[in-house]
Amino acid sequence: MYFDSLGALWDMAGHGPYVWSCYGLFVVLLAVNVWHARSENEKALKQAKALIRRNQ
Amino acid sequence: MTQSSWRMPRWFHQMGSPKWFYNFGGLLQPWFAMAAFVLLTVGVVWGLAFAPADYQQGNSFRIMYVHVPAAILSQSVFLGMAVAGAIGLIWKMKIAFMVARSCIAIGATFTIIALVTGAVWGKPTWGAYWVWDARLTSTLVLLFLYAGVMALNQAISERQIAGKATAILAIVGTINIPIIKYSVEWWNTLHQSSSFTLTAKPSMPSEMYLPLLLMVLGSYFLFALIVLIRTRAQILQTQNGASWLMQHQDVSGAQ
Repeated sequence: MYFDSLGALWDMAGHGPYVWSCYGLFVVLLAVNVWHARSENEKALKQAKALIRRNQ
Repeated sequence: MTQSSWRMPRWFHQMGSPKWFYNFGGLLQPWFAMAAFVLLTVGVVWGLAFAPADYQQGNSFRIMYVHVPAAILSQSVFLGMAVAGAIGLIWKMKIAFMVARSCIAIGATFTIIALVTGAVWGKPTWGAYWVWDARLTSTLVLLFLYAGVMALNQAISERQIAGKATAILAIVGTINIPIIKYSVEWWNTLHQSSSFTLTAKPSMPSEMYLPLLLMVLGSYFLFALIVLIRTRAQILQTQNGASWLMQHQDVSGAQ
């Protein structure tokens, strides 16, 4: 690791708040996109399955 | 030239078939998910904890590993959306309109990430979160274009007409892409020039460049994954009741 300790990794010589907030935003927004796409897919699957049940 | 040489290859027309796209997309999906997860996880850990600090900017330069991939993707997703829209218009391919629609939210997300991380990076580097600089302003215009495409797509309930309208707006909007790309060369700007190109030798040492390469590749895989999931969801919605879909194991539950 480039840093001497986990504390130094967190602090990043004063740049910690800038760096960690950017990485947090990147991870959270992309995770929300994956989650939303998957939930749309599951909703569409449920509708297709419901149609089969109605036709049986 | 014979008539056959003008024809598009077989795979091109196959991609226009909802059944083929749904099945092939289903095969690719887990591989894209794995590639995106591995590349982005390694890239994030490497960029945060193992890459050396920049001799001028210190540790704030680590923001580059999320800012640059997001900025690259914000533009390539827009181009991809316009190309898909053009294919939909020219070959009347419904799948292409679905792909274009699937690009909107993820493209807008990458643009928001690029703008916000750029602003946060600007504070310790330039002393300001925002300046009305050519690169920043043209990227903000890109976000407005995504918002316009999204609003237009959702305002029209008939899918085919919505697809055509958004395709035209996306194609017209691509004029902004070269403006963003060359803004740092055409105008005096605070923003630095490109730090990442696939064609030229990297301007930074490999221990700084490799995590960036992983992050860019991982972001492309994540984008492709989301487009696959969203397009397959639209196929499920529009093809609901089609016999091939009713017999598909995803829907029927049969193995």
